[in-house]
Amino acid sequence: MNIRVAHLYPDYLNIYADRGNIAVLARRSALRGHDLDVTAIGIGDAVAPGAHDLYYLGGGQDREQLLVAEDLAAKAEPLKEAHAGGAAFLAVCGGYQLLGRGYRGFHGEDMPGVGLLPLETVAGDRRMIGDVLLATELGPIAGFENHAGRTYLDPGAQPLGRVVSGFGNDGESGFEGCRYDRAIGTYLHGPLLPRNPRLADWLLAQALAHRCAGEPPELAPLPDRLEAVAQSVSAARARARGGRR
Amino acid sequence: MHPRSARFGRVAVPLAVEIAAARAVGSLSRLLGRGGGTTVPGKLLSIVDPGAIDRLAARLTAGTVAVSATNGKTTTTAMAAEILRPRFRLAHNRSGANLLSGVASTLLAAGGAELGLLEVDEGALPEVIRRVRPRAVCLGNLFRDQLDRYGELELVAERWREAVTALPSETSIVLNGDDPQVGSLRGTLFFGIDDPRAARPSLQHAADSKYCIVCGAPYEYAAAYVGHLGDYRCPNGHHARPPLDVVARDVHLHGLERVEFELTLPGDTRRVDLPLPGLYNVYNALGAAALAHALGATADEIAAGLGRVAAAFGRFERIAIGDKTLLLLLVKNPAGANEAVRTLVDGGTPRLAVVALNDAIADGRDVSWIWDVDFEPLLTGLDRLVASGDRAAELALRFTYAGMPEDAVEVVPDLERALDRGLELTDAGGELVVLPTYTAMLGLQRIVTARGLRKPYWS
Repeated sequence: MNIRVAHLYPDYLNIYADRGNIAVLARRSALRGHDLDVTAIGIGDAVAPGAHDLYYLGGGQDREQLLVAEDLAAKAEPLKEAHAGGAAFLAVCGGYQLLGRGYRGFHGEDMPGVGLLPLETVAGDRRMIGDVLLATELGPIAGFENHAGRTYLDPGAQPLGRVVSGFGNDGESGFEGCRYDRAIGTYLHGPLLPRNPRLADWLLAQALAHRCAGEPPELAPLPDRLEAVAQSVSAARARARGGRR
Repeated sequence: MHPRSARFGRVAVPLAVEIAAARAVGSLSRLLGRGGGTTVPGKLLSIVDPGAIDRLAARLTAGTVAVSATNGKTTTTAMAAEILRPRFRLAHNRSGANLLSGVASTLLAAGGAELGLLEVDEGALPEVIRRVRPRAVCLGNLFRDQLDRYGELELVAERWREAVTALPSETSIVLNGDDPQVGSLRGTLFFGIDDPRAARPSLQHAADSKYCIVCGAPYEYAAAYVGHLGDYRCPNGHHARPPLDVVARDVHLHGLERVEFELTLPGDTRRVDLPLPGLYNVYNALGAAALAHALGATADEIAAGLGRVAAAFGRFERIAIGDKTLLLLLVKNPAGANEAVRTLVDGGTPRLAVVALNDAIADGRDVSWIWDVDFEPLLTGLDRLVASGDRAAELALRFTYAGMPEDAVEVVPDLERALDRGLELTDAGGELVVLPTYTAMLGLQRIVTARGLRKPYWS
C-alpha cells in the first residue's frame, strides 16, 4: 500500500527540521511494508481533496509564513473538504497557526488562516522558547517550542495535551496543541516525530484508514529502543528547564 | 538605589583601579583552574561599569575592528590576525570569548596593543559596535543558528541593519556580497567568490535567505557556493549580488589539506595557498583579506599572511594521540555541518566517526538542527558511528533514520568513553574524525589537555 502525503510549502515552511518528521513517517511506513509517496505542494499548486491521505505543514519564520499565508488561505475550501473526507493532518508551529483562523500581528499585519482548526493566534511580546513535555491520550509527548504567537482554542475545542512542563499554546491555559478529528496541530518541534513514535504511528494509522476507507489498522510494533531514550532525555530536559508559566 | 552602584559609583572609581581589580580576578580564576579565566574579568567590568569598555577601546592607538558572522568568525579573525600581526600589535580575543564580557576582557589585557581585533557574537554585535566604535567592521554571513537564543534569523539581520546604519561614514564596512542579507547592507567593500566550476549543483536543503528581500520571489542563482551564498539575482530585478571588490577565482580544493585560489584585490591579484580545506574557508579568507586591505595591508602581506594560517581552536584541528591522530571539526549549525561533511567526503569519506551532540545554551538547547544537516553523503563510506554527548540518542536516531543500520551506531553519551572507544576502533597510524558541538568540543579539549596531549589554549 502507498500512503500519499501532501507536504505543503516545503521550501518555505521548514525552519525547525520539518524534514525529520517526513523521514520518520517514511521509515516507519517502510518497516510496515508501505511506501510513503510525498508530493510537494507549493504556491499556486492545487489541492485535490481525496488525492492525499496525510497533509503536512511545517514551521516557518515570520517572513516565510507571510509569503505563503495568502496562497494557503486560498486553498482553504479544498483543505477543509479533504479533512472532512477523513484525511489526516499534522501541522507544526507556523503551520499550526495558519491552519487556524489566522494570525493577528502586533502592528495590525494580519495573516489569514485556513480556518480548519478551531483556534486563532495573536502576536505576543515575549517569545516562548524551551523544552516541553505534554501528557496526552497517546502518552507523554516531548519536544521544543519557540513561538511569539499565543494560540487560543475555541470553547470546547480539544487540545493535543496538557502541559507538564513548558509554555504551551498561550503560556497560561496549561494546554498545548489542538486535535480535531484526524488533524493535529502543535508548537512542538525538535523535530516532533523521531522522539514521539506513538504519535507518528497514530498519524500513519489515520492516513491508512483514509487510504483504505476503513478503520485505522493496528500497526506492528517496532522496538523503538533509541526513540524511548531520546524521549526520556527530552522529557527530563523539559522538567529541568522547560518554560515556566 | 541599586546596591551595586551605591558601592562603586559609576564615576568615582578611576579606570586604572577597575582594570587592576578586574585583572586580579582573571589571574585568580586562572590559578583556580576554572577555564582560562577568559571572560571573568570582563564580566566583572561589564557589570561594574559598562562605560569603561568604551574608554578601554579608546586607548588603542590604531583603533578596533569587529568581525561577525554566524559561521566562520573565529577563523576569519584568526586569519586577519595572521595578516595584520607584522603591522600592528594586536589585542585579539582568540579564545573565541566573543560576547561583551569577552571583548571587555580582551581590552583589559590589551596593555601595549595598537589595534583591537575583535571577533563578536552576532547577537552582541550592535552593543559592541556602539561601545567600541570600530574603524572597520567585517560581516561574513547569516545562517540559521541557535534560533532558541536569538529568535528568528530576520531579527538578527534587522538588528545588524540598524547597527550598520548608525555607523559614521568614515567606518570601513566590509561585507560578504554573496549573502543576500549581508550584501544588502550599506558597505564600503564587498567580497565574494566568482568561480562557477566550484559551485554546487543546487541550493542545499538548509539554505536560508532564498527569497528576495524586496518582493519575496525566489532568487535565481547563477552559482551557489556554500548554503545560500553565491551569485543571486531577483527575477523581478529588485536585488542582486553587488559588484565585488575582493574576489576569489580559479579555486582548487585539495581534500582535507588545503585550498588554492586567485585573490583579486582592488588593483592587485595574488595566488593564495591556504593551508585549510574547504570552500567555506575561502569565504573566511576573503573576509580577512578584505578587512586587512581596508586597514592598509598590501597584497603581498595578505597573500603571505593567509599562507601562514593554522586551524583555529577546534576548527579542523589535528591532535596527536600516541600513534594516532584526532581530527576535530566543530559542528554547530546546518550550514557549518554541511561544509564539514562535504570537506570530509571530498577528502575521502572516513569509515568511522565520533559525533558528539550537546544541548547547552552555547550549543543551542534546541537540537532539531541536526535533521537539517545533510549527513547522508557520509553514509557512502561510514560503517561505524559513535554517537556521544548529552543528546547522543537523538543523534543516533538521525543516522538510523538516514538509513544506517542500528547495530552500526554505538550510543556512548560520556565524551571520554566515546573518545576512547573511537581510538580503540582506529588503526595504528590512523586518523579519528570527531565532530563535536561547541561545549562537546570544550569537553574534548579538557580531556586531551588533562592527558598532557595539548597545551591549554589560554597559556
